[in-house]
Amino acid sequence: MKCRVCGQTASISLRSHKTAFCDTHFLTFFEKRVSTTIRRYQLIGGADRPVVAVSGGKDSLSLWLLLTKMGIAADGVYVDLGIGNYSRVSLEKIKAVADRIGRKVHVFHVPDVFGRDISEVAKGLRRAPCSACGMIKRYVMNKVCLDKGYTLLLTGHNLDDEAAALFGNILYWKKEYLWKKDIALDAREGHLSRKAKPFFLCSEREVAAYAIVSGIDYIYEECPFSKGAKTITYKGILGGLEEASPGTKLMFVKGYLKELRGVKEAMREDGGAAAGPEERFCPVCGYPSGGGECGFCRALQKFELPYSARFEEYG
Amino acid sequence: MVCGLLTSHRRCAKKLAMQVNWEGKEYVFEKPMLVSRLLQELNVSKEGHLVVANNRLVTEDHRLGADDNVKVIRVVSGG
Repeated sequence: MKCRVCGQTASISLRSHKTAFCDTHFLTFFEKRVSTTIRRYQLIGGADRPVVAVSGGKDSLSLWLLLTKMGIAADGVYVDLGIGNYSRVSLEKIKAVADRIGRKVHVFHVPDVFGRDISEVAKGLRRAPCSACGMIKRYVMNKVCLDKGYTLLLTGHNLDDEAAALFGNILYWKKEYLWKKDIALDAREGHLSRKAKPFFLCSEREVAAYAIVSGIDYIYEECPFSKGAKTITYKGILGGLEEASPGTKLMFVKGYLKELRGVKEAMREDGGAAAGPEERFCPVCGYPSGGGECGFCRALQKFELPYSARFEEYG
Repeated sequence: MVCGLLTSHRRCAKKLAMQVNWEGKEYVFEKPMLVSRLLQELNVSKEGHLVVANNRLVTEDHRLGADDNVKVIRVVSGG
């Protein structure tokens, strides 16, 4: 297989785009695609001060490096869940990239704040580890924006993540979640930071290839709690469809984005009647909540701990 | 075709053989083959995996050499 641009031996074939590239031209292709997504969906403004949610995996570290190459200066935020070697190695990989690009990373240590690791926190809250982890991560990543003055939280969610989530929401007709996913989510002044996903239209395969070709040493190991997760099953099913019919995942997610615009437009015309119930905020910390304290503050209260959301800074 | 785990097939490893790292385990293969054939042998999808030979990313039609150092990387993650 030859590179479409230079005719040299290709290093990756992209069947959904009916093309193949060598290392150099794949990097150019990928970076241009992300740059176009950022521009088309107005994900990052000139006045923005972004922070990247980093996990040590291929997606977030690739995003962090790519933004730096594009001249977009962004720091990182990492939630250390205290999962033994997995969390330690993840942080090492993050620090290596932070050193390479000359940016700092804010680290929230779950064991330091809660006095126990995520599995113990989850047990205490009678929740699944992934549920407790998601709640703490969403809170902490928002908190770093509000406390440190970042205007935008960027995450490495890719096309496969979005397609799998969409597939799950449709499969079980979770209407309460179905139209909430978007490539960017607006801020709620003083309470919730703006969020965006620049890899929304890039496949997991493309992102992994970008990480490898760019020489990013990311963590291959999966989180030990992700075994048997439905998301991975959905990704397998969608991967089978993609092999049989390249481009299916992209059409699925792009089709959703198009439908979403129509749904949002209809909501606006409806005078905001479909916007949902009145917004409520946590009386302790101001984070949006369904009423009363937010999940994070309730978790601290459960363990009889005072409110704390402190970060360690590296770099 | 597949010799199996490197540690349990020292007889194969002594010959010129392709070494493949997959999911943290080392495998050896007796003969050179295309990347697409290797993925078939391992029973893994083309869409969900990338192959690195001698530290370079390679496509499915790339012929792996008998003394190549190969790594099969699963791209799917999440939970």
